[in-house]
Amino acid sequence: MRDFWQALRRNRMGVIGLIMIVLTLLMAIFAPLLAPYNPKERIRVTLDSIYAKPSLEHPFGTDDAGKDVLSNFIYGARVSLTVGFFASFISVVIGGTIGLISGFFGGKIDNLLMRFTDIVLVIPDLPLAVVLVALTKPSLMNIIIVIGILGWTGTARLVRSQTISVKERKFVLRAKAIGAHPLYILRNHIFPLVLPLMIANTVLVISLAILNESALAFLGLGDPSTLSWGQMLNFAFTRGAMSSGAWWALLAPGLGIVWLVLGCTLLGQGFQQILNPRLESHHLQKSEMIALEGSHVQQATG
Amino acid sequence: MSLIRVQNLHKHFSLSSGLGKNLVVKAVDGVSFELEKGEVLALVGESGCGKSTLALTLMHLEEASAGQVLFNDNDITTLKGKALKNLRRDIQMVFQDPYESLNPLMTVGAIVEEPLKVHGLGKSKSARQEMVKKALEDAGLNPAESYLNRRPHELSGGQRQRVVIAAALVLEPSLVIADEPVSMLDVSIRAEVLGVLERLKLEHSVAMLFITHDLGTAAHFADRIAVMYLGRIVELGETQDVLENPQHPYTKALLSVIPVPNPKLRRKHIILQGDPPNPINIPGGCRFHPRCPVAIPTCSKQEVALKHININHKAACLLLDHSA
Ligand SMILES: Nc1ncnc2c1ncn2[C@@H]1O[C@H](COP(=O)(O)OP(=O)(O)OP(=O)(O)O)[C@@H](O)[C@H]1O
Ligand SMILES: [Mg+2]
Repeated sequence: MRDFWQALRRNRMGVIGLIMIVLTLLMAIFAPLLAPYNPKERIRVTLDSIYAKPSLEHPFGTDDAGKDVLSNFIYGARVSLTVGFFASFISVVIGGTIGLISGFFGGKIDNLLMRFTDIVLVIPDLPLAVVLVALTKPSLMNIIIVIGILGWTGTARLVRSQTISVKERKFVLRAKAIGAHPLYILRNHIFPLVLPLMIANTVLVISLAILNESALAFLGLGDPSTLSWGQMLNFAFTRGAMSSGAWWALLAPGLGIVWLVLGCTLLGQGFQQILNPRLESHHLQKSEMIALEGSHVQQATG
Repeated sequence: MSLIRVQNLHKHFSLSSGLGKNLVVKAVDGVSFELEKGEVLALVGESGCGKSTLALTLMHLEEASAGQVLFNDNDITTLKGKALKNLRRDIQMVFQDPYESLNPLMTVGAIVEEPLKVHGLGKSKSARQEMVKKALEDAGLNPAESYLNRRPHELSGGQRQRVVIAAALVLEPSLVIADEPVSMLDVSIRAEVLGVLERLKLEHSVAMLFITHDLGTAAHFADRIAVMYLGRIVELGETQDVLENPQHPYTKALLSVIPVPNPKLRRKHIILQGDPPNPINIPGGCRFHPRCPVAIPTCSKQEVALKHININHKAACLLLDHSA
């Protein structure tokens, strides 16, 4: 574990990503202290206060309802992060379970689960998410669940391949040789070694979930009782920010999404670079072996 | 009654070539031998001749394709569930690669305790701790306390292999299968680890199948030697008999390349001709004939079985009568 942090500290991309995420987290946690206004507060709207230019009073200007864009932005981080964390948690639990079972038991179970995964993988996420959220109710909970149950395929495949490579290691064979039950081996010898990669993968899944939430919200399928960055974009687009030249209503939420997704991607990539070299070399060895076997076979038959 | 009696054991792997044709790897192809209580049998043969596959099939970690393994007169090739788990207490295995044999996240104490937990042995945590410490000391890790909380990456290869041995010992098995237990260790510590295994035999009267590709190590403490070639045993006899009076041309070739300090005793090196053996495409007749320096035409046509030279010494060669 200590080795891991040292490796992460040396990984520039990972550190930058981590800092970006932590800053966003702090902003979300301390939103009430940081935001100059409370977005929930009722205000008297005058014609001048709609889409007002950035000023000292409103550094990021105001939106279509005369609300302070900066305050909306700060509070909006809470929604994006909440959806990101909980949806990716669902994805990683589903994907991790399927990947572990598939990789460990192999054979028919593996075939079945991987075929199912492929099917879910080829269904376009967003259109299906739109349909599901539209059919249910666009509440925060439903959005989290829908994004969560659509985003596990990558995790499942990654965990499966890592499980297969851990399964081949001799200490697993040794555990079998002393008479340990397969489920005991899965829990005590395989899961702990797959876990770090699963955690690293979670960060990447979070960024996907955040992006999906923004897309849903932008399409008008956000929880009406919240105001996420995607919803801010949606309101700006549908309520005339473009025609009135109010670029400030788009800038902050747009950059916010990019910032957070970039942060997660950088950290996730950093994690994977630290954890994956072994996995990648395993893949290489495997494919080399297959290639060798292939040529062997040709010689033997040809 | 033999501790273990292997009868005509086969292990074939089928490889699908993707061309619709199935290739069969005959890794173990008709092996028979017996092992008495407390006896050490060395299994010798070059890389790829099926030694590890034989070990895994004996351990029931690979399903036998044909043949039987009788352990204390019970056929174990078809065991399942509880009976199989009980068997796993009696037969333990030490693998070649000590760097891969230990879970990197577990402490030495947990690793050696694991077999006890799996089998529900030891009344309490402290009773198990005592058993763990004893096993570590028997494996030559002294003082045991200082190793309990270490993790594999803090240990040398030799120490790791001793931990593996301790984890095998702790169940008090009657048979240990050691698959090239020292071949990946530094030459300087091989003797010590071999010493630990030898003490197992002497002090705990554990029977052992000691797999090696080096006749020299086998000579050290094996009671008998079995020479394996392409999935079959071609010569089997008491250590001294085999070393001093080898019968099979393959055994002779193996012996001729062992360094002997006394130049007068040095034999002429026999360099084997021909391709290294391929278990997918086993030659007809005597499977050694393409590489055999003394082969005659009949050798490629006639299968050979093990024949007795004396009561304890067998070899599979057509030319036995001529060369003996
Ligand atoms: N699971 C498997 N599937 C297909 N072929 C296999 C499998 N395991 C072993 N083999 C083949 O069986 C043959 C015997 O392999 P084995 O590992 O038993 O040899 P070995 O005598 O232990 O060699 P070494 O001294 O290198 O360890 C080899 O040709 C190997 O490629
Ligand atoms: Mg081997």
